[in-house]
Amino acid sequence: MNGQMVDNERRTLILATSAVGGAGVVAMAVPFVGSLAPSEKAKAAGAPVEADIGKLKEGEKMIVKWRGKPVWILRRTKEMLASLETVKDLLADPESEKSVQPTYAKNAARAQKDEYLVVVGICTHLGCSPSDRPADGNWKGGFLCPCHGSQFDFAGRVFKSQPAPTNLEIPPYKFLSDTRILIGDDSGASREA
Amino acid sequence: MAANIYPKYQSDGSRLGNLLEWFDVRFPLTSLWRAHLSEYYAPKNFNFWYFFGSIALVVLVIQIVSGIFLTMNYKPDGTLNAAGIPVAFASVEYITREVFGGWFIRNMHSTGASAFFIVVYLHMFRGMLYGSYRKPRELIWIFGVMIFLCLMAAGFMGYLLPWGQMSYWGAQVILNLFSAIPLVGEDLSIFARGDFVVSDATLNRFFAFHVIAVPLVLIGLVVAHVLALHETGSNNPDGVEIKKFKDDKGVPLDGVPFHPYYTIGHDLPAITIFLFFFFVVFFWPEGGGYFLEANNFLPADSMKTPNHIAPVWYFTPFYSMLRAMVWNFFWIPAKLWGVVAMGGGVVILAFLPWLDRSPAKSIRYRGPIFKTLLAIFVVGFLILGFLGAQVPEYCFFGLSWLPGAVIAQIFTVYYFLFFVTMPYWSKIDKCKPVPERVTFK
Amino acid sequence: MKTRVIKFLKRLSIVALAVPALALASEAHFEAAPVSTDPSSLQNGAKLFINYCLNCHGASMVRYNQLQKIGLDEKTIAENLLFTGEKVGDMMTVSLNREDAEAWFGTAPPDLSVIARAKGADYLYAYLRGFYKVKTEARATGWNNVAFPSVGMPHVLWDLQGVQTATETEEHGVKTLKLSDAKGGALSVADYDKAVGDIVSFMVWMAEPNAGTRKTIGIFVLIFLAVFYVFTHKLGKNYWKDIH
Repeated sequence: MNGQMVDNERRTLILATSAVGGAGVVAMAVPFVGSLAPSEKAKAAGAPVEADIGKLKEGEKMIVKWRGKPVWILRRTKEMLASLETVKDLLADPESEKSVQPTYAKNAARAQKDEYLVVVGICTHLGCSPSDRPADGNWKGGFLCPCHGSQFDFAGRVFKSQPAPTNLEIPPYKFLSDTRILIGDDSGASREA
Repeated sequence: MAANIYPKYQSDGSRLGNLLEWFDVRFPLTSLWRAHLSEYYAPKNFNFWYFFGSIALVVLVIQIVSGIFLTMNYKPDGTLNAAGIPVAFASVEYITREVFGGWFIRNMHSTGASAFFIVVYLHMFRGMLYGSYRKPRELIWIFGVMIFLCLMAAGFMGYLLPWGQMSYWGAQVILNLFSAIPLVGEDLSIFARGDFVVSDATLNRFFAFHVIAVPLVLIGLVVAHVLALHETGSNNPDGVEIKKFKDDKGVPLDGVPFHPYYTIGHDLPAITIFLFFFFVVFFWPEGGGYFLEANNFLPADSMKTPNHIAPVWYFTPFYSMLRAMVWNFFWIPAKLWGVVAMGGGVVILAFLPWLDRSPAKSIRYRGPIFKTLLAIFVVGFLILGFLGAQVPEYCFFGLSWLPGAVIAQIFTVYYFLFFVTMPYWSKIDKCKPVPERVTFK
Repeated sequence: MKTRVIKFLKRLSIVALAVPALALASEAHFEAAPVSTDPSSLQNGAKLFINYCLNCHGASMVRYNQLQKIGLDEKTIAENLLFTGEKVGDMMTVSLNREDAEAWFGTAPPDLSVIARAKGADYLYAYLRGFYKVKTEARATGWNNVAFPSVGMPHVLWDLQGVQTATETEEHGVKTLKLSDAKGGALSVADYDKAVGDIVSFMVWMAEPNAGTRKTIGIFVLIFLAVFYVFTHKLGKNYWKDIH
């Protein structure tokens, strides 16, 4: 390297010293890189949140903040649930094969209980929050993202040929009782239909 | 050494070689490497005193990296949060408690600050031992004094940021030094604070200076310091010029390439210093109350001064000089003399290259006068440092006939006399003959 | 010549070491607190701290769920240590209004999150054992403290310790306060000291919850550096063997 004869002992020592030093540098990087991860404060703020759905009327939507993101709880009417079947052929991922959801929500209604849709209200395209778009003519009702126009049905499933690649994300959740939902924790939860 | 005298890199035909050649044509990569590392010839007789320069550079890197990561979570905000704690104070605790690895990064930075001064004081003392400031290295020394001033500014402003009681009252006292200046002083100290007392405005501007302005200047000065050093070449414990004797290729006979001979180390690898450093980081972060002061774990309170306030240890020698000035003379009030002594104590160092008239550079060949006066100087400086951390009425061993205040005055006067009379005694001191070549083993 | 410089340096370093030693000799000392890192002590300390101290003082930089580091699980924390309406992810704040507190005690009770690093464990131990009864004409609360004269805080642990009184003694012109044995407390003197020791241990833990991790990692780091030292030393020797 320096135009010198590198003897064997020296080569071994250079390799060993570099290896030990390299390990030291990697170890040293751990706290620095780790400090970028969410802190205890962020984790505590991201703890599961409870929502009271007792007063939610049919067709009404409430928004709960979980980890800083809007989580929608929509109490779907019979018409809304019926529309899920009629729009099926127009959807990009009707069976939610490519989308993110807990196993108990991998069904047509994308829910534990068909009546309640619990979904993260963030478009899977570039992160805007879609707005409600009631049924109108051919449009059976659902959500429309204001940023780039992605359209979703009442189960948060995206229509074909839209910028959004997948359906809206379903967060982990469970019913604490008939009127209370815990978002962020789904230990022991299962599909009830 | 001009960077363009080295031939450009020739590829050996491998892909990496081609890339290097492409790069070297467009950027002085190999010539920088050779001029400053692999073909920068340093005297082969360095002893451990010569480590502290490189180590100071490593500490600078530690401070910059840990500082960047602290900035990500620190909040320069002096207002109270819902629990009645200043936001800045709480954010430092937040870093040490709630951010992964935050306590480590914070301890690195606080220990790094003290380490920086320990290393730099030893580095400066090395310069005095071996006459490293003497011709032709005057500029290196002056850049060094400027670096020292920058470090003091960085240390002082950084110390306000945790927004504890010592942060607050330390800044209050030092900023009030401006008020000693006649006529405009009072307005000037208000201007420096941006408020009538140290406040949120002061905290924010100190933050800006500490994280951006001072480090930028510091890095520039460090580059200048190193470039000037590599122009003249390093001094050595014998204080002789190795460039006088070169082989037919122009390589100094008593020189060794800086890399790898000094990057890896000699008898004592530089890691030794980091054993101490990390010992403090992990086992002794408060440094006995000198690195992190106990009172600084109390949030800043503008209504209550702690009983005993002292600056951080690295300022205490100069703080002692400030306090030692209690006489009004030449129609100038003592308060202003104090400020002059404190500032002058640092600035006078810059004149050292012209004050020293000794025929020998290194202490190895200098006479008894220098050795004696330097020993007293060091002891005096340490005692000034010690006294600066004590209450003004401190007496040694509790003996009333050993009052700290008087002893501080004696050593302050000695400190300045040491420099001012140096042209005289350095000339008459009886030096030994200096060898032509360095002594090695 | 080299040895002479080394001798000179040795003398210098002795002076350098002697200077801080002088500083230590001149400081006042309290009796050493029995600080423990034992989980049962820390848990008992946490319980006492939350029951007695947290009513007026906050520890607003400590999160309840951090108590998992002293061996409590989330369920225990939620069931035994939380006030109604608080979550394990909340900070140990206090509901006492700061302005009310200032009106009642003359000063708002300080936040205790890092108080052990500011005041030291020994001081806290002396303080919590140093309350004595005085006439209400002397102090409005009826209490004073040997470690903190004219203290604003009443003795909140008095049902545990009982009541101490102080008598002033004078020796060689130096006045000192001597405390009587406590009477009428629920705990014996030894048990009270143990309880206070637990509180102080908890406060020391709380002031730096990562201190344990810090020391554990520190040992590995120093071992690593020692190993690295050997390698760089050998490599350095290898390079330098050719230089004469």
